Amino acid sequence: MKTRTITVGFVGNPNCGKTTLFNAITGSSLKVANWPGVTVERVEGEASYRGDRIRIIDLPGIYSLTSYSIEERVTRKCVMSEEVDVLINVVDASSLERNLYLTMQLLELKKPVILALNMMDIVEERGMELDLHRLPEMLGGIPVVPVSARRRTGLDVLLHAVSHHYEEGPVKSVMRYSKGLEAKIGKLEAELLARYGEIPNRRWLAVKHLEMDEQVREQYPLSMPAVLDKSYEKQLINEKYDYIEEVVEECLFNKGEKEASTDKIDVWLTHRVWGVPIFLLIMAVVFFLTFTVGDFLKGYFEEGLAWFSDGVTAFLAEIGTAEWLISLIVDGIIAGVGGILTFLPNIFILFLALAFLEDSGYMARVAYVMDETMGRVGLSGKAFLPMVLGFGCTVPAVMATRALESERDRKKTILITPFMSCSARLPIYVLFSGIFFGKYAMAAAYSLYVLGVFTAIVVALAVHKITGDKEENALLIELPEYKTPNARTVAIYVWEKVKDYLTKAGTVIFLASIILWFLLNYGVTGPVEDVSLSFGASVGRFLTPLLLPAGLGLWQVAVALISGISAKEVVVSSFSVLFGISNINSAAGMAELSGALGNLGFGPVNAYALMVFCLLYTPCAATIATIRKETGSWIWTLKMMVFQLLFAWGMSVLVYQVGSLIF
Amino acid sequence: MTLSEGKIGKTYVVEEVHVDGPVTRRLEALGVNEQTGIVIQNSKRNGALIIKVRGTRLALGRRIADHIQVREA
Repeated sequence: MKTRTITVGFVGNPNCGKTTLFNAITGSSLKVANWPGVTVERVEGEASYRGDRIRIIDLPGIYSLTSYSIEERVTRKCVMSEEVDVLINVVDASSLERNLYLTMQLLELKKPVILALNMMDIVEERGMELDLHRLPEMLGGIPVVPVSARRRTGLDVLLHAVSHHYEEGPVKSVMRYSKGLEAKIGKLEAELLARYGEIPNRRWLAVKHLEMDEQVREQYPLSMPAVLDKSYEKQLINEKYDYIEEVVEECLFNKGEKEASTDKIDVWLTHRVWGVPIFLLIMAVVFFLTFTVGDFLKGYFEEGLAWFSDGVTAFLAEIGTAEWLISLIVDGIIAGVGGILTFLPNIFILFLALAFLEDSGYMARVAYVMDETMGRVGLSGKAFLPMVLGFGCTVPAVMATRALESERDRKKTILITPFMSCSARLPIYVLFSGIFFGKYAMAAAYSLYVLGVFTAIVVALAVHKITGDKEENALLIELPEYKTPNARTVAIYVWEKVKDYLTKAGTVIFLASIILWFLLNYGVTGPVEDVSLSFGASVGRFLTPLLLPAGLGLWQVAVALISGISAKEVVVSSFSVLFGISNINSAAGMAELSGALGNLGFGPVNAYALMVFCLLYTPCAATIATIRKETGSWIWTLKMMVFQLLFAWGMSVLVYQVGSLIF
Repeated sequence: MTLSEGKIGKTYVVEEVHVDGPVTRRLEALGVNEQTGIVIQNSKRNGALIIKVRGTRLALGRRIADHIQVREA
């Protein structure tokens, strides 16, 4: 038998479990969480079923086949294209009524549609019953397959339906609108046929014309003012929902019985007074765990690293390796990369905590809870979601701004998201707070997180005041049911982040350490003994006058800050390489760095100014590239970088000058 | 009356949705249509609401809630 390739598109409402299903079928490990809008880009994967090659495209969740937001446009383009043979409409069975609205639109496309009823377990838990015989009847006879993406059941049946249904072809018309609308649709279909010939899905095009859909009107213009006298969108939506009500009436029993647990939790978590304090408390606990549990685990990593470093030195000396090469490997690579690896426990705990937040269903509530605060700076609470993600990594956070409706809000959110302190800045705080602030180390690190959030909000407020835009944006977000975070989902999430961190250590930080080692060991005259004659020192010294008012007037600091643009962790690895400290995160390493910096007159106030600078200055190269891509403008991106640099400089000067007066 | 004037725990029926721009259509796609029943679950001092409609929960900002005309059920 010849292998066929069938292309399948996953379409459905946000947060209905498309990506969980995609992961289960293709064996991928894409990020999954319990809030609407996690997937913002189309992703492809593959599976095979009885000799068929099945190419699966996971798409961002949408509520309707319109094209107002970026995600909707991505999904609609793919759904409409020829490349997709079969649509799998993933439906959250526990919220059938709302989910079927998109289904009704998909059925009008006349493409093969298969309904994957996800979350049937929740339906059963709630004591609801679904008539699986009547439901397909009322949906034009399309296959309806109950699946559980989480428990991985029903997957083979679904794939079987794909290979089977692919041959069967499109469905017949499901619902008829009221007489007036059907008459108009008939006339439009006839006109489309007369003007454009045998184009597929004319009925859908006719309906879209009645909705005054811009894309369809451009592609297939019609001049029928008598028929298209106004937008009939409202009426079309209402009639679709009327039909859905009939379907739900006939197919779903005992609805809305046991939903109370989510409401009970929400009484507190979305409380009008306690909502914000509870959110702040949750974030405080997240960071508390990051620092304490992370530090507890750190000891083992340090011992391992020390042992490894000594072992390698001894081994290299044994086999007669050249001294410069030993230095490159031990002082450059192991110091730089290894030093960064010891922060892995902190990073791990941070992402574990964030995974719990995201998968529990609380994230969407944060948008509601913070709506008041964000409203004052001219943004909706929804803009706070990317900001919370920014505590993890700025790159996905910037991409998550796609869920925001207006372009203006998006740019504003992209501008302030880098101020949210990401996990890469964590090693800087752990190290410098640990060295200079003793028992107040955690308070010092905390204060930087607070400063970051505060800065983001103040900058948004300033932009809001300067541009004087009216507060027109409004919060609109679905709040999912709370659930116990799923072990597999959390594991995938954390593992992907840990892998990213290790990859970064093995690539960017590895290269940066090697380059830095060369810059510090070579000067214009060739290899140098005295590091102050090196290329690195020359470059650094060039910038020290500028950094002096911020208490950062050391060429080593200048070098570390420049290197830090490659990735923020590199600030820390640079200090390892700069001062030749093999295990910077250990007690001995910290003491060594503290001593070295102390001799140069670098004290706690300088350290705090340094942390403030690292928090606020130009984000890492990966973030800059993402921002360039998302805004589509180099000029905007460059302006942002200049602003952040000046702002960071100004703030650290302020901190240092004021701090020096007090202490 | 508008949805903003509603009270927590009460059920209302939508009479008209009229928010600027595409938001109206987005709301309608989400199932907030004329004659739909809405229960107000929670509200904030700035007028943001959590409502339950057609079995799902939505958080709405004040500028949306102000433009949804409702009557008591």
